[in-house]
Amino acid sequence: MADSGSEDIAVIGNTDLTPSESENNLKNTMVEKGTSLLKKMEISVAEAEKRTGKNAVNMQETYTVYLIEMRPVDAASEGTNPVPDSLWRRYSEFELLRNYLLVTYPFLVVPPLPEKRAEFVWHKLSADNMDPDFVERRRVGLENFLLRVASHPDLSTDKIFYSFLTEENGWKETVFETGFQAKADSRLKALNATFRVKNPDKRFAEMKHYGDELQSVISQLLRVRARAADRLYGVYKVHGNYGRVFSEWSAIEKEMGDGLQSAGHHMDAYAASVDDILEEEEHYADQMKEYLFYADALRAVCRKHELTQYELEMAAQDLTSKKQQREELATGTIRTFSLKGVTSKLFGQETPEQREAKLKMLETQIEEGEELVKERNAECEEFVKSAWVDIERFKEQKDHDLREALISYAIMQISMCKKGIQVWNNAKECFSKM
Amino acid sequence: MMSGSVVDNTVSSGNSSAAIPTDISGQILDLDEDDDLEVFSKDTTLTDGSSFNASMQTSPASMINQYKFEEDADTKDIFVTVDNPESHVTAIETYITYRVMTKTTRSEFDSSEFEVRRRYQDFLWLKGRLEEAHPTLIAHPLPEKFVVKGMVERFNEDFIETRRRALHRFLNKIAEHPIFSSSEDFKIFLTAASGELTSHKKQGPGFLSRMGDTVKAVAAAVRGVRNRPQEFTEMQEYVEAFSQKISSLDKVTQRIVREQKEYLEELKECGPTYALWSQSEEELAEPLKNVAGCVDRCCKETEEQVKNLSDHLIPVLHEYVLCADTLKMRNDLDKAEDRLEWANNALKSDWTRWQKVMRTDLRSAFVDTAERNVSYYEKCLAVWESFLHSQRTDAEGNGKVDFS
Repeated sequence: MADSGSEDIAVIGNTDLTPSESENNLKNTMVEKGTSLLKKMEISVAEAEKRTGKNAVNMQETYTVYLIEMRPVDAASEGTNPVPDSLWRRYSEFELLRNYLLVTYPFLVVPPLPEKRAEFVWHKLSADNMDPDFVERRRVGLENFLLRVASHPDLSTDKIFYSFLTEENGWKETVFETGFQAKADSRLKALNATFRVKNPDKRFAEMKHYGDELQSVISQLLRVRARAADRLYGVYKVHGNYGRVFSEWSAIEKEMGDGLQSAGHHMDAYAASVDDILEEEEHYADQMKEYLFYADALRAVCRKHELTQYELEMAAQDLTSKKQQREELATGTIRTFSLKGVTSKLFGQETPEQREAKLKMLETQIEEGEELVKERNAECEEFVKSAWVDIERFKEQKDHDLREALISYAIMQISMCKKGIQVWNNAKECFSKM
Repeated sequence: MMSGSVVDNTVSSGNSSAAIPTDISGQILDLDEDDDLEVFSKDTTLTDGSSFNASMQTSPASMINQYKFEEDADTKDIFVTVDNPESHVTAIETYITYRVMTKTTRSEFDSSEFEVRRRYQDFLWLKGRLEEAHPTLIAHPLPEKFVVKGMVERFNEDFIETRRRALHRFLNKIAEHPIFSSSEDFKIFLTAASGELTSHKKQGPGFLSRMGDTVKAVAAAVRGVRNRPQEFTEMQEYVEAFSQKISSLDKVTQRIVREQKEYLEELKECGPTYALWSQSEEELAEPLKNVAGCVDRCCKETEEQVKNLSDHLIPVLHEYVLCADTLKMRNDLDKAEDRLEWANNALKSDWTRWQKVMRTDLRSAFVDTAERNVSYYEKCLAVWESFLHSQRTDAEGNGKVDFS
């Protein structure tokens, strides 16, 4: 399908779009929005292969690796076909990359990976990670992930990301050398702790709520769709029985034989057609899943903002209490209850030298505290600014992508209806010859 | 002997010049094999008013030449409809009557139009009388007394409508049958006022005569056919196989209905989910609501399609399952009684006729089903195309896309 400029034309004007074509359209969008990386290089996940090897606990395991290819854009258009740079990566390496990005850019809505395990399956699909269909859909999902990152104005310039695409060996070590793991662990711990922010930012609170709703409604949609797909499969397949019975029946009839026999073939074709239909629908489900996981990424940003805000509030609170202590010490009044105050009352006051030393320590702490508050405040402001820019970008992307997905769903339904019309018209013709 | 046209001695030799309808050419080739098979042709000398009384129906001579192989709409001279169900409540019971309207040009009818009301019992009576009078002929089945569990269902709208259609088909099959349609009982059924019918029912052997008599008669006729073992075996084998196939089709269709209903249950939840989602969105709210609407409309169409299968295809298949069962039962009987040889031929011609009618019925039932399926998909197609159109218009309106 030739690029005709805007992807909207391609999708709406042509109702015979196939899943791979609509996939292309998505890529074109990303390329056109054009980060400098994508302007130079064409990135793809071309293949998947099975490997066996020893894992961390020295046990045999089978896993799949994916071939990442980078091709200079100019070369493609010039017609020359140099061998692309390529390397193999497995899913766990993609996960490592994403975790690194999450920790390094907590204020960005980091693109999600395709699901780790097949969820929302209907009965026919294997939930097995080794199933070829699952592997193929994962390959597409991983490519999509790379393109999303590569088309992001900030993420695309990340060096670790670039070396993920270019350095097969030693990449893992490079990532660990950044020390992100430690940050990741402490962040994780903090995020999992329950904390309450005194003055929650309304916008972020709303965003988080939206993320919750989005996640909930897409999950529901995927569940319902999977059940409906299962049932639809049953309807189509039972028609295959018509094929068998018509065929048997035609054997005992004279005049009706031919009509019945050919009608039977059409029934078989009808029954078989559901496989393609549901495969296309799976693609739609994958598009929905991406945004299900995106919802999670969005919530993560909001949560991290809350943490940042909480830390600021904590620092401010700490500073205030330290200032109060200084005041009490300086004026000799005890306004706040403290065990020290009580014991000093009971066992006698401190010496002027002790008080002096304490005051000096407090002053230092207060100075440091003020620095910390200033820092955290700046952090918070920076976070809010960057996060909000990215959230706006994300919203636009989401609205565009999901609208396209709905359109492609309609196109699929249309295609299914057209096939149905054809089959039943053919069958009708055969029946009339009975 | 001329190929395929042997004349019965009891009929005037003028028959040899009577035209043989062309559509039995296939059968003529078959008949070649057997010496004493006859070809029937329409002899108008015997189809006068005097043939229409009960006693004539058991007279062999009058029966022979009343077969028509060609039943064009042009030559159809009686039209019967069953409609307008009404409920009647008496002290003892509640029951439904149906309006039976007849339009006919037949001279033995006093008038050209009749309208009467009949209840299910009356139809049963008629069928019984016809089977009694012509035990060797194939009568179309009546819908079963109760097809659903529970008394309440009897007055369910769908059930009444399904039954009405089946009764309509039943009467039409009789009207189209060369011998049944000339039955006096049939005429009385179509024309008599309720009181008249009741008193007529009380006469004669009555429809409560035991199955046994009918069974014996059928057995005799069947035994007659057995004199030609090959034909009998063929018919028997055919009926057995046909019965299996039609039962399978009935089961498959019922299974399809079940699966469709379950699909519908799931699909019904999709629309509301999209609608729920639209409440959280701004830009996406409109397309999501639109999709919700489309899914809901497709649900309605699917519901109708399921209803169509249940209302139109399944009853016809079911009737032929009953037919096949009746035919099989005839084959199974094995009592030795003497009957006239003519019964064989009546049986065979009726058999041939039945096959033709069966073919027509099933063909039109399947063609009808295919048409309804096409219509279903066409409606759904329109729904989704309108969605696409709205998105395109939207995009143009927002200045997002240039479609020039």
